[in-house]
Amino acid sequence: MKAVLRISFRSTAVLAVLLASVIHNAQAAIPIEHWTHASGARVYLVASPSIPMLDVQLDFDGGSRRDPAAQAGLANATAGLLSGGVAAQPGLPALDENLLSEAWVDLGAQFGAQASADRFTLSLRTLTEPDLLQRAVALAARQIAAPAWPQAVWQRDRERLLASLKEAENRPGTQAGRAFARAVYGQHPYGFQPDAATFNAINVADMQAFYRRHVVACRAQVTLVGAIDRAQADAIVGRFMAPLKSHGCEPLPAVPQVRALERAIDERLPFAAAQAQVSIGQPGIARNDPDFFPLFVGNYILGGGGFVSRLTTEVREKRGLTYSVFSYFAPGRHAGAFQIGLTTRPDQAAQAVEVSRNVVKQFVEQGPTEAELVAAKAFLVNGFSLRIDSNRKLLDNVANIGWNGLPLDYLDTWTQQIERVSVADIRRSFARVLQPDRMVTVVVGAQP
Amino acid sequence: MKRTLNLPDGRHAALSIALAFAAFGSSAQSPTPSPATPVAQSFTLSNGMTLIVRPDRRAPTVAHMLWVRVGSIDEVDGTSGVAHVLEHMMFKGTPDLKPGEFSRRIAALGGRDNAFTSRDATAYHQQVPAQALEAVMKLEADRFARNQWSDDEFKREIEVVKEERRQRTEESPRARMFEAMNAMVYQASPYRRPIIGWMSDIESLTPNDAREFHQRWYTPANAAVVIAGDVDVEKTRALAEKHFGPIPARAVPARKPREEPPQSGPRRMEYRAVADQAVVALAYKVPRWSGAAEGDAASQDALALTVLSAVLDGYAGARLDRALVQGQGTAGKRIADSAGASYGLMGRGPQLFSLSAVPARGVTPEMAAAALKSEVERIAREGISEDELRRVKTQWTAGEVYKLDSVFNQAQELGSYWANGLDIHTGDRLMGRLKAVTAAQVQSVAQRYFSDQQLTTAVLVPQGGQK
Repeated sequence: MKAVLRISFRSTAVLAVLLASVIHNAQAAIPIEHWTHASGARVYLVASPSIPMLDVQLDFDGGSRRDPAAQAGLANATAGLLSGGVAAQPGLPALDENLLSEAWVDLGAQFGAQASADRFTLSLRTLTEPDLLQRAVALAARQIAAPAWPQAVWQRDRERLLASLKEAENRPGTQAGRAFARAVYGQHPYGFQPDAATFNAINVADMQAFYRRHVVACRAQVTLVGAIDRAQADAIVGRFMAPLKSHGCEPLPAVPQVRALERAIDERLPFAAAQAQVSIGQPGIARNDPDFFPLFVGNYILGGGGFVSRLTTEVREKRGLTYSVFSYFAPGRHAGAFQIGLTTRPDQAAQAVEVSRNVVKQFVEQGPTEAELVAAKAFLVNGFSLRIDSNRKLLDNVANIGWNGLPLDYLDTWTQQIERVSVADIRRSFARVLQPDRMVTVVVGAQP
Repeated sequence: MKRTLNLPDGRHAALSIALAFAAFGSSAQSPTPSPATPVAQSFTLSNGMTLIVRPDRRAPTVAHMLWVRVGSIDEVDGTSGVAHVLEHMMFKGTPDLKPGEFSRRIAALGGRDNAFTSRDATAYHQQVPAQALEAVMKLEADRFARNQWSDDEFKREIEVVKEERRQRTEESPRARMFEAMNAMVYQASPYRRPIIGWMSDIESLTPNDAREFHQRWYTPANAAVVIAGDVDVEKTRALAEKHFGPIPARAVPARKPREEPPQSGPRRMEYRAVADQAVVALAYKVPRWSGAAEGDAASQDALALTVLSAVLDGYAGARLDRALVQGQGTAGKRIADSAGASYGLMGRGPQLFSLSAVPARGVTPEMAAAALKSEVERIAREGISEDELRRVKTQWTAGEVYKLDSVFNQAQELGSYWANGLDIHTGDRLMGRLKAVTAAQVQSVAQRYFSDQQLTTAVLVPQGGQK
């Protein structure tokens, strides 16, 4: 396989044939192969043969929404400490954090772990030259199977975390972010803020337990994009899942929903700063909201669309109040925030807040114009190919499909879903989801 | 503080972390295309404009960039920041296009657009579906030749740029420290000024300052169109000739050398700001890579400095991390919460080798500076291992393959070589040369370039916080 690929790269004629790869064909249909591995893991594969590389992403229901309130930051700390080394296994010596890092660099491969609000994610990027691929898979399997959980490394990293937390407190953006999350999410885990007390309450035994409980085969989702076939993919999944068998499959408790705001919340925090920080918003939608597409298209028009959105036009282009203003929804398992954000000179904060609120209010009441909708659809539909033109982007998209239980032809029908959205759909869904008179407004560092 | 590859982004993303400092353009961390990939070709259009095309038919999309070889290095005192302000104004219209209409047209094609200004170059870029290439070329050629806007439009945009400076620089103590440090490192070199400009220069810029800058520097012979993606080379060449070729040729103005005089002794500054953690940064004046076909001695050293930087800070657990952050160095305890090294390698102006650290609690900036220096001294004394050398080369080689996943990055790399006056084969040449660097060369540069004679030290000294 290696030889064939190498030769094909050098010959343009062969190249054209071989590279008429997934992504080109993607115009018609993106061939996502999906099956359930014997371990229970759900597998998604896009074979993309043109570059001799492979990306693998493993997602688990172990994001920071699973943090206990008193140990906010646990999921992230657990992900961080996975790079702390691997324990000895039969016939294999232990590797400390440095030997482990060197082993990865020596393979030209990368392995990482991170936690977002919903997911605990492990990712591998490697070359597919057979020997390298085999060794990279073996090393990743060791790291999954036998994290070392070194106490000393956690102690050190905790010191560094606490120091950077303290440093961040001097920045108005940090204060604004915390106040906004507190106000929008209340007691919901989406709003948990790690601090010195919660980090100090975390020890390696907690991480170990968190890892065992959440990183389990029965709830694993494995997404692979790269120069491999289904048999190879299934074998790789097997290597990664085998050690997770011992983790069992303990059911996880339900996480409550984000509660809607009962009234507007207005927080003004004094701060001596070069710029005031403004955040306006409220709980938004979960990813399974039936109006996902109207809200997505509508937000492009309102504040998602780069230089052409209403917020950018009104706040930046017409009034020069800011360098950057945006709005977004953050749909997840629960209703992630709808948020408008901007920074501005301290004495302009009040004006920027007023302009932004008016833009949202008017948009919610009246929706977009037909012309705006036509322009938004042109951007989204014509630019669809830019959403899937690399292995990395395909990986994100396919993992997203799996995670959110979207149909396998989701990408194939995506532009049709966009085309289907009407002005009335956007107006109706925005009016249902957003309440401009009950939003959170946080302003840090404004001057009268 | 880490080596983020900062081709600073003028309109949206980072105008260089204000580490005017860290490597611009390509750094050792982003080497170049491997030979086993589609090849780039370069042409000169009839008016002297350069065209670089790199076909990659993997997906039906195209990255289109227009590079102008003008950046903050070409500015003069009093109008610092004008290159970047002009970059903003390029979105404000032509005789045929109203303000903002450029971006609206690109969006209607399904494309994304933006631009950035660096010390060495200004670049405008669009990512579009392949069939939109000609429409994009037409729009870009129009504004390159006929950018036009009202004084009123300029006045409003200046306010946006001031907000940008507040957001990137004024609001960040570290960014302000590096800006001040940079102004001390260089005395004659125009690199001493921040890319975004000093606030009072931005405030006093006039519409005609920007118009004259455009008239002066935006000439075909000072620009390159760089295209990577799903294109046919000959067709693309014809399209470029059709849209960019008719722009009238004008001479590129003479550039004054403004060479930095040799530094003669250490320089040191304190920057006091509201912060909790100190920062210490050391900058050494070192040679750059000329890219010339036959490696001169200075360029040989530049390659070895690239390896030195990677050995110190190229991966988790590299020497600085291990010695300072993990506490395995000669001090016998943790010295820093983070530590890094970076090297510019190439650029139109002089380059630096920088070391920096955030001291751990209870450690003085002086101790952290000493620990940084002692890691270089150790290499000067003992050299590096063959394992380390092989390791960083392996990492670069793999990076060559991963890089193929993004056509935008391919265009960006070709463009930055062009901005530095280097050809389309530079990437391969650089990679070849880096792989030939020996452990002895690395030890030798560690011995020769890190004397106090060439050193500038800056310390961010925390002042009481807000509450």
